[in-house]
Amino acid sequence: MGSAQRVSAQGGEGVFQKTLLLSALAIVVLLAAIFLSLFLHSVPSLRDFGFSFLVNKTWNPVSREFGALSFLVGTLLTSCLSLIICLPFSLAISIFLGEYCIEGLLSSFLKNVTELLAGIPSVIYGFWGLFVLVPVMRKLEMKLGVAPYGVGIITASLILSVMIVPYAASIAREVISLVPSDIKEAAYSLGATKQEVITRIILPYARSGILAGILLALGRALGETMAVTMVIGNSNLLPQSIFSPGNTMASVIANEFTEATGRIYLSSLIEIGLLLFLVTTVINIIGKMIISRVSVEA
Amino acid sequence: MDRERIKMRVVKDRGFEVMVILLSLFSMVPLVLILFYILRNGFSAISWEFLTELPRPVGEEGGGIANAIVGSFLLVFVASLPAIPIGITAGVYLSENQKGKLPYLLRLAVEVLQGTPSIVIGIIAYLWLVIAMGGFSAVSGGIALGIMMLPVIVRTTEETLRLIPDTLKEASLALGVPYYRTIVKVVIPAGLSGITTGILISVARIAGETAPLLFTAFGNPFMNVNIIKPVNALPLLIYNYATSPYPEWHRIAWGASCILVGLVLLLNLVARIIVGRWKVQF
Amino acid sequence: MVVTLRARKLRRGGRIRWAMKSIFAVLSVIISLLLPSLPWARGVELLGAGATFPYPLYSKMFYEYWQLTGVKVNYQAIGSGGGIRQLVNMTVDFGGSDAFMSDEEFAKAPAKILHIPTCLGAVVLSYNLPGDPKLKFTPELVASIFLGKIARWSDEKIAKVNPEVNLPNIPIAVVHRSDGSGTTFVFTDYVSKVNPEWKSKVGRGKAVNWPVGLGAKGNPGVAGLIKQLPGAIGYIELVYALQNRMPVASIRNKKARFVQPGAASTRSAADIPLPGDTRISLTDTDAPEGYPISSFTWLLVYQEQAYKKRSMEKARELVKLLWWMTHEAQRYAGELHYGGLPEEAVEKAEKVVRSITYNGTLIHK
Repeated sequence: MGSAQRVSAQGGEGVFQKTLLLSALAIVVLLAAIFLSLFLHSVPSLRDFGFSFLVNKTWNPVSREFGALSFLVGTLLTSCLSLIICLPFSLAISIFLGEYCIEGLLSSFLKNVTELLAGIPSVIYGFWGLFVLVPVMRKLEMKLGVAPYGVGIITASLILSVMIVPYAASIAREVISLVPSDIKEAAYSLGATKQEVITRIILPYARSGILAGILLALGRALGETMAVTMVIGNSNLLPQSIFSPGNTMASVIANEFTEATGRIYLSSLIEIGLLLFLVTTVINIIGKMIISRVSVEA
Repeated sequence: MDRERIKMRVVKDRGFEVMVILLSLFSMVPLVLILFYILRNGFSAISWEFLTELPRPVGEEGGGIANAIVGSFLLVFVASLPAIPIGITAGVYLSENQKGKLPYLLRLAVEVLQGTPSIVIGIIAYLWLVIAMGGFSAVSGGIALGIMMLPVIVRTTEETLRLIPDTLKEASLALGVPYYRTIVKVVIPAGLSGITTGILISVARIAGETAPLLFTAFGNPFMNVNIIKPVNALPLLIYNYATSPYPEWHRIAWGASCILVGLVLLLNLVARIIVGRWKVQF
Repeated sequence: MVVTLRARKLRRGGRIRWAMKSIFAVLSVIISLLLPSLPWARGVELLGAGATFPYPLYSKMFYEYWQLTGVKVNYQAIGSGGGIRQLVNMTVDFGGSDAFMSDEEFAKAPAKILHIPTCLGAVVLSYNLPGDPKLKFTPELVASIFLGKIARWSDEKIAKVNPEVNLPNIPIAVVHRSDGSGTTFVFTDYVSKVNPEWKSKVGRGKAVNWPVGLGAKGNPGVAGLIKQLPGAIGYIELVYALQNRMPVASIRNKKARFVQPGAASTRSAADIPLPGDTRISLTDTDAPEGYPISSFTWLLVYQEQAYKKRSMEKARELVKLLWWMTHEAQRYAGELHYGGLPEEAVEKAEKVVRSITYNGTLIHK
């Protein structure tokens, strides 16, 4: 190359490296800016209510008294319930695909179906839930003798559990496949049945990875907005039972954000957003850390 | 050997297998039900009128979802413009720099961003863009969606490029091709299938997002291609119509769901095919 | 293979052409995206947000206005609270609310805001019972149900007021608004006036601390939920009940008459002297034939229109729209079961619209 070309190549080099650096920085700065914005706008509410925000169950726009307890409870209930419901199914799928049916038509079919479940938009889950699941729940509730709302915590949990099955399943499947075959074969050579190998060797070995999958599914469930807001009943009162209506942190923001008049009201909603952001971040990071440790070990 | 005990264990083994199969198959039921209902209720709503006309006033029959379809495309477009370049370049950065403070921070940022609830991103877009621009617009909605596209694009770009063997890069460098040209002209084209897949998957993800649009894109009963004005979108329309009491609007919502799900499935399918066909073999 | 093809093309000196092609592609994408946003390509469009109460009427009015004049009016029904907030934030051209702004809210606004009444509506109690019976409610009954003190439809307090109706022994499911609503304001304003316990426990507002019940978004959401939930009762604007063929209760008014809500009874509720700025509550009206939970609904605009770089043209279009809505468009009100504005209200509205200025000069001559 002539000297002119060499110089321009070096110039291009510098530009290139700078561009890469800039993009990387941009994303990191973006995240920091998100956190800062949420925090700054929450300050009025943090100042006025402080810690009581977390334990106060009154959410009263008239008297301007805001406490997020009902939403914390609603979020906790729906997320935990949906996790409990989805766990058997996610585990079953991952065990099935990992140990029983590793290749072939049925295997790829099931894999595709699971991925499709994850791809369906939240609003469509909500729509379907509102028109198909809610009437069924209503009939069930009438039989059980509880108020036949149809909507409520349990309905939201059911829809959520369907939505998070793919997440827990895919992580669990990966982790199960990472179990070294030599300890499996050792067990088989000792005469263990498949079920014994799975329940006594594989699952305990993959325990932390499965926990990570649970955490990541939990993170997803916490932030889910649309499907929940359409079937949870939108009541700001503390839920009395799983059949009561309620609200989650995400759904109350969706409902009331555009019309929160007044600094404190808006600030309280943003503080809920901040809490949501922090909780999902922590859970996701813990989950990812566990996964990276498991993969490194393997 | 204790015959009884062996029989018990065999029974448990079979029983376990049956339970696993049943649970796995049962978890497919919701998907089948959802697709079934959408097709059954929505397919009949789709017609040429449906796809090309604007919505009619409340309570009247007929009308279509043309503005929502156009709006959704507009939003995806606005989202992709910043997200694809920044995402790809950040992904390249990560694949070239494994160790160090900034790569670590960047990886962390991408993880956190991926797990951030979409409603929080909507709040941010409202605080940053709607207030600054003095109004609702496709731009604010698009940027919110673009932020959500970033993590997926960065991740898939990094993973794809890391899979490309170093020998390719080294051969190019050995021939005297400058470093940046090597990356841009050799490595990236080799990984194009993976990168494109990442883009398609992230588009599929944001096409169905509603929460960030609630207080940014805002909605519009008319057709709008102006990015600094409010715009309608398929998920917004579905949300508003589904929660209304009008059967006519429910019908339109089912039809719109049909189209949205079809779009998402198509994108996923194309992404899958690209990975299969375009992959450069080493 | 991709790599070698590319290398061949470059060797043939096509590098410059390739660079120019890609620049051209990028530029054309950006231009086509920005083209509709350029000033000269824009026609005047107006953006409004707020109450769901009049949404069916506004939706019809704005559609007709678009056919008539080509001006697009984009109204999003996000609730009266949302309308006021977006107007105060200056993100919309006008807000819609069935709850007039309080003096407190006025103080928080950056500039003076005017209220222009557009129509009259009735907040009705609708319910989901087998056979769609016609029910009568007294004020005390309404308060008790929404306070959660009466839990089942078969309760004797309801039977006392409705002796001829056979009510099933199913639980009452109260439905209220989950968003900030003028309809809620009108309803709670009424109940606060007629029931001291409600006034002290819950009070009036666009969003209140409901003692019981499920929430739904917007009038459409509440109507939808009532329709699907057996045993439900909720408060919605009359039009939503009529459009969905839902039963409506008659309510005993101040003069001890059980009044059916409708265009006529709504109108007579407004047969009282109005203040100049038209901010008045019509609930628990003194008018003998008036329906006790009636209300105006207003459009809110800034008096001084030259804020935030608004153009004179936009201000003029807004004034034209407001004039049209209070005059010619009133004919749509009756068709859709809203009460049209009585004469005195139109007079007051005209005065208000005439006071809108741009940079100090009056717009409407």
